[in-house]
Amino acid sequence: MRNKTNWKATILLMVGAILILFPLYLTVTIAFKTPQEMSGNLLALPENWTFDNFIRAIEITNFPNALGNSVFVTALTVLIVITTHSMVAYAIARNMHKKFYKFLYFYFISAMFIPFPIIMLPLVLQTSAWGMDNLVGLAFLNGVMHLAFNVFIYVGYVKTLPIELEEAATIDGASQWKVFWKIIFPMMMPMHATVAILTALAAWNDFMLPLVILSDSSMYTLPLVQYAFQGQFSTDYNLAFASYLMAMLPMIVLYIFVQKWIIGGVMRGSLK
Amino acid sequence: MKKDHVFLLMVLPAFLLFFIFHTYPALQGIFYSFTNFRGYGDWNFVGFFNYINVFQDGRAMSAYVFTFQFAIVSTILVNIFSLLVAIGLNSKIKFRKTLRATYFLPFILSVLIVSYIFQFMFAHMLPQFGQAFGIDFLSRNILGDQNLAWLGIVTVAVWQSTAFNTLLYLAGLSTVDDQVYEAADIDGANSWAKFWRLTFPLIAPFFTINMVVAMKNFLMAFDQIIALTGGGPGRATESISLLIYRGGFEGGQFAYQSANAVLYFIIIVAISVIQLRILERREVK
Repeated sequence: MRNKTNWKATILLMVGAILILFPLYLTVTIAFKTPQEMSGNLLALPENWTFDNFIRAIEITNFPNALGNSVFVTALTVLIVITTHSMVAYAIARNMHKKFYKFLYFYFISAMFIPFPIIMLPLVLQTSAWGMDNLVGLAFLNGVMHLAFNVFIYVGYVKTLPIELEEAATIDGASQWKVFWKIIFPMMMPMHATVAILTALAAWNDFMLPLVILSDSSMYTLPLVQYAFQGQFSTDYNLAFASYLMAMLPMIVLYIFVQKWIIGGVMRGSLK
Repeated sequence: MKKDHVFLLMVLPAFLLFFIFHTYPALQGIFYSFTNFRGYGDWNFVGFFNYINVFQDGRAMSAYVFTFQFAIVSTILVNIFSLLVAIGLNSKIKFRKTLRATYFLPFILSVLIVSYIFQFMFAHMLPQFGQAFGIDFLSRNILGDQNLAWLGIVTVAVWQSTAFNTLLYLAGLSTVDDQVYEAADIDGANSWAKFWRLTFPLIAPFFTINMVVAMKNFLMAFDQIIALTGGGPGRATESISLLIYRGGFEGGQFAYQSANAVLYFIIIVAISVIQLRILERREVK
């Protein structure tokens, strides 16, 4: 009985999937329509697919600049997070029996319960006073904000790694640094993938932190640019949707190619 | 170098930076909540003055009421939908991988941009649809209606958050052994009974996590609201995060909103703890 295809569930899920895809269908079609077509049937496909909206959006919002900013912040954040958070988690996981490391673990973890708006106002004063209201500062702060969750899942993973290998290496005279970078760090690869995916998505789509940290509009990331141009976008939906589509496209394309990997990575994180 | 020293070197920089950029601002916020600081210039201590004011402030109260209403309704809906979708995806269906990828897609998209797209749909598409089919409450922009705007925000939140929670439930369902069901099949249990007696208790820990995580995220809602209504019409959909942002940065209420933020923090922690307690007790049963 359990080996028969469940058609009822298949059909229901396909109907539900239309609800998921519909807003994206709308985004794509409107981005390719002319303003004149907007008065017609909104659900129809564009009569003549036009790239005008995209060309205008690229010029008006300076898309290459915003794309560059988003890529830079995301890449730097992932780099910081993978190298430092894994190291911190390793040191904590191997010393959990000591009071100080146990305290550190719970100290970091407790930050998961602190909503960002609580620290937002003082943090903004502090970062602007220290000249951190730029992209590097933003990536650095991302590293601080993601520490709690990443340490939590990295520590869970390190605990599953056998300690014998490290002990053998230490006896052979390797320093603890070497043990970490040469043995442990490569062994953490599956968890690095999970952390990299979750961190990259969060950093790429983040709006609130860049909004309060970045002061110069030439540093705006993609979501921030969509926000900054709302005045113009609300009178020109073709322009707006072309810009939205371009802002979402890099992640969508990436998702199409590596979705199995992304879903697997997130699932692995959730089972920890 | 000694082994212990290396371990210490691995954690100390992170410890210091975390303290400077996370704990210290939090402490500063608590400190300023007892002053009349505006974000610049001189200040004096004012004791609990700001805290008392938050309780008497109609704007703050309506933000709390809206945020709770939104968070509770969204949390319940997200969990119902994601559990249903996860069970569907976990059964013997065709095109499973494609469907799973589709349902997870909203997770990778920016909340802000998705909300802008829905804002267009609420403003221009649904009214056309409502008028064409004579559905009264859809024939105007619900985001422009004091009493209905929050439902628009719930819609977007549920559309997007169902993706991630579905995946967590799928992870939970993957831990359930098929043999459990085979035993139930022999006993002749129907699928409804199988779900409530077998599946649900087995994935209860995932239910707990999903409820707590969803509730906490919705209590902090910001992006959706900025994009959909900007807190309007009037202040009907101003969330607590938005109030702290607006008052703190634009209204010169640095100290006052810090007090608000401290209360907000206490409430979020209290809710998370209560949820965990109640839901974990259920799990044991």
